[in-house]
Amino acid sequence: MKKILIVDDEPNIVMSLEYTFKKNSFEVFIARDGQEALDILQSNLPDVIILDVMMPYVDGFETIERIKQNPKLNHCKIIFLSAKNKDSDIEKGLSLGADAYLTKPFSIKKVVDQVFELLH
Amino acid sequence: MSSVGLLIILVMYLALLFFIAHWAEKKRNSKWTNNKYIYSLSLAVYCTAWTYYGSIGVAADSGLSYLSVYIGPIIIIPAWILILKKIIRISRVNKVSSIADFISLRYGNSRFLGAVVTIICLSGILPYIALQLKAISESFHLVTQTVSNKFIFDDSTTYVAIALALFSSYYGTRYVDASEKRRGIVTAVALESILKLVFFLMVGIYVTYFVFDGFEDIYQKASLLENFHKKNTIGGLPQAINWFFLCILSIFAIFLLPRQFHVSVIENNRENHINTAIWLFPLYLLLFNIFVYPIAWGGNVLFDGKSVNSDTYSLLIPQFFGNKVLTVLVFLGGFSAAISMIVVSSIGLSTMVSNNLIIPYGFLGQLQNENQDTINKKIVNTRKVGIFSLIIISYFIYRFFALDYNLFSIGLVAFVIIAQLAPAFFGALFWRRGSRLGAVWGIIVGFVLCLYTLLIPYAIGISSAQTTFISKGLFGLELLKPFQLFGLDYLNPVPHALYWSLLFNFITYVAVSVSFKGNYRERNYAEMFLDINKYITNHENAFVWKGTAYRTDIEKVLIRFLGEERTKRAMNIFNLKYNVDKNEELADARLIKFSENLLTGHIGTASAKILISSVVKEEKITLPEVLKILEESKENIIINKKLIETSNELQEISAKLQEANESLIRKDKQKDEFLDTVTHELRTPITAIRASSEILHDDDDIPDDLKKQFLQNIISESDRLNRLIDKILDLEKFETGKQKVNLSNNKIVETIEKSVEPLIQLINNKNISFYIEGSHVLEAYYDEDRIFQVMTNLLSNAIKFCPDSNGLITISVNDRIDHILVQVSDNGKGISKNDFENIFDKFYQSTNQNFKKPIGSGLGLAICKQIIEHHKGKIWASNNVTGGACLSFTLLKNKN
Repeated sequence: MKKILIVDDEPNIVMSLEYTFKKNSFEVFIARDGQEALDILQSNLPDVIILDVMMPYVDGFETIERIKQNPKLNHCKIIFLSAKNKDSDIEKGLSLGADAYLTKPFSIKKVVDQVFELLH
Repeated sequence: MSSVGLLIILVMYLALLFFIAHWAEKKRNSKWTNNKYIYSLSLAVYCTAWTYYGSIGVAADSGLSYLSVYIGPIIIIPAWILILKKIIRISRVNKVSSIADFISLRYGNSRFLGAVVTIICLSGILPYIALQLKAISESFHLVTQTVSNKFIFDDSTTYVAIALALFSSYYGTRYVDASEKRRGIVTAVALESILKLVFFLMVGIYVTYFVFDGFEDIYQKASLLENFHKKNTIGGLPQAINWFFLCILSIFAIFLLPRQFHVSVIENNRENHINTAIWLFPLYLLLFNIFVYPIAWGGNVLFDGKSVNSDTYSLLIPQFFGNKVLTVLVFLGGFSAAISMIVVSSIGLSTMVSNNLIIPYGFLGQLQNENQDTINKKIVNTRKVGIFSLIIISYFIYRFFALDYNLFSIGLVAFVIIAQLAPAFFGALFWRRGSRLGAVWGIIVGFVLCLYTLLIPYAIGISSAQTTFISKGLFGLELLKPFQLFGLDYLNPVPHALYWSLLFNFITYVAVSVSFKGNYRERNYAEMFLDINKYITNHENAFVWKGTAYRTDIEKVLIRFLGEERTKRAMNIFNLKYNVDKNEELADARLIKFSENLLTGHIGTASAKILISSVVKEEKITLPEVLKILEESKENIIINKKLIETSNELQEISAKLQEANESLIRKDKQKDEFLDTVTHELRTPITAIRASSEILHDDDDIPDDLKKQFLQNIISESDRLNRLIDKILDLEKFETGKQKVNLSNNKIVETIEKSVEPLIQLINNKNISFYIEGSHVLEAYYDEDRIFQVMTNLLSNAIKFCPDSNGLITISVNDRIDHILVQVSDNGKGISKNDFENIFDKFYQSTNQNFKKPIGSGLGLAICKQIIEHHKGKIWASNNVTGGACLSFTLLKNKN
């Protein structure tokens, strides 16, 4: 069973993603900001991380930098999922080592497709 | 008093003056030696021994005539603001060091004219100095009750004269550059001005109030004397005209006397010192004249019938009553008056003699082949010897030409001679066409008439030779009688001579100037003198010159006179000022003028011109050419000025533009950030809605409760979206001023309670303790709906920030003088200091929140701020002492 970590501060968005990935047989972890995500990653090694950018306390960009410092998480695929959709934001996200950058609002189907594509 | 005793006092007094001069020279930049009062007081060198003693004599013998000498200056002094300032500017810019330099410069650096002016000054001033020495000598003998010794070396006053000559020649020539300021001398002269006034006032008070019983008493006693009424009436129209001419004469004197020119122009440090002088100097003259009349007529009363010299009443009266101290003080006052005149005059004269007579006519050629040290030594020595000999010559004049005339008349003769410079001098300031030839001939003709109508008859009077020249006229011709020339018989000799000499002088000056055009240099300087204000900053530009000159040649000449170092420095200044490349080989007009200026202080303007032209090849320029160039340079200056103005304006505009641009960029950035945040905030609910809808649409087998949950999500996110849009529009309305507030008087606590109602459920859910403190009667002037909105916002925040247990919210309402203060406090984490101001920015979300992103849109506090500011209140954030945030705002109590 593949593991996925969803990091977003919008509970309604998280709910949709959680429902969909669970339906697709993922084990789903949920964090409501960067710090929570990092805490979860201490004891869990998900295959995919879906990361929002604008979050309180520790934002997505900082979170990915911290993730990349941890060699144990090297295999993790990271997908940004953000309302920040300017070219400069996307570039920054990818340059920090994300495997994909999807913008909000998103099509759930496409997110799922993207996750599967990265996992194969 | 014994001669020796008085001599000792004199030596001590001179030593004091030496000391003051020495001290002032050392402190030449201190404010003690360099202020408007020193300047104004030094002008009082005008009051010589003639004023000190002679006025009394005139007042005693012929009544009010003495006053004209003071009325003239007082009339013209207000015009100093214009005229003297102009003279000072011209002199400063051109390094003028004497009146001879001033006049000869204007008429094309004329060597001859400079010499003529110098001779006029010499012939007027030498007897005048002699007069001062006579006053010193006579008063000395009077105080010591000795008689003048026939053998010159046995007469103690001879030694006084020598001491004076040494003093002046030592302090008068400290600088080779004669246009340098002599602070020492000027300070000593100012001090003497104070002393002579004080001593004179002392004797005046003594005579008026101690010898007599006040002005009234003197007047009553004097009016009993015969002649009193005759002496004290103006004497009809003819005498009035006499008076008028004497006033005119002294108007000229205050400008033209070499010593006045020296202290008022050459020694002027700052133009605005004139502003003080124009009231202080007339005041000084006024004070000096208060007691002239009482002393004079007091003396007449006391010494009625005795043959005493009325000039010396001020000494005789205290002496008569045995008041030795006062007698000596009065003597010292007169001595001060005399020596300040002698010192300043001899310095001025010796500069003229050296710069306008000896150097240009004598050893300029020699100087050219010497090195700098020798040259400087020679120049200084010439002046030293000059000063010394001038005083000694004057002394001889006094000794050998008995000078039987009283002080007043000799003084006036000097004035008449000096007045011959008036047409050339004032023409220099105000008339473009005045030419060198006109000036030279005017002065000569005037002087000849002076000789004829004044000097020769006086000389005959002194020599007591038997001749019919005065009574019958030259060759027995009635019309040529020296005191009634051409039948003009109602003027006294001095006004008579003044009238004829100046009339012919003036006519000659004008006629010759108009008939014979001056050369281009004269015209050039005419333009510069007349429009000095235009040229003052870069007067070298206004100098017209054409020809070939090598900088190295000119520098060589300068080095010879100024030394290597000063020349180098001067050249650097020049290069910087006009942005000239220092390797430039050829010299231009500006450098020629600049170099002439540098030399002028040392050797006078005429010699400077001769020296410079000896190393350059000058081309002739015609007058029209000069005028054309001047016109061009004038235009250039104007254009330049306009360009500078325009460029300043442009700079200002560009600065403003830059500022505007920066503010635009800032605003643009703010707008970008705002849009960024708005789109993010808008996309978030849309994302949730879209995701939920997609699931509902694609997935047919969702459990019912989840389906409901997704639908609920869609509803709440839509509401959120709508609220957000409302808030953005709200804020937009406030910011663009479209939002109106409906102000009225409301009870603030009631409004707060209303705003709490919808939130009470939330408060209870979180178990928060909630208090409102404040009186229900407090009223404020506000729009209730809007303050409701503010309170809702602040309360929502407070609820949000309260800890999950033991939450506490306090709303307090306080009555202040003209406003109501509302504070909403919670017991949450508080606000970081950095956030105090920022939290009122749009979409600002504290960097220090340890909970999830707040539910709010980030617009709440920004809207609150807008609302409160529309109420002319203030809103701010702080922390409670106990921790927790406190948001405060004020509302005005009344309409105003």
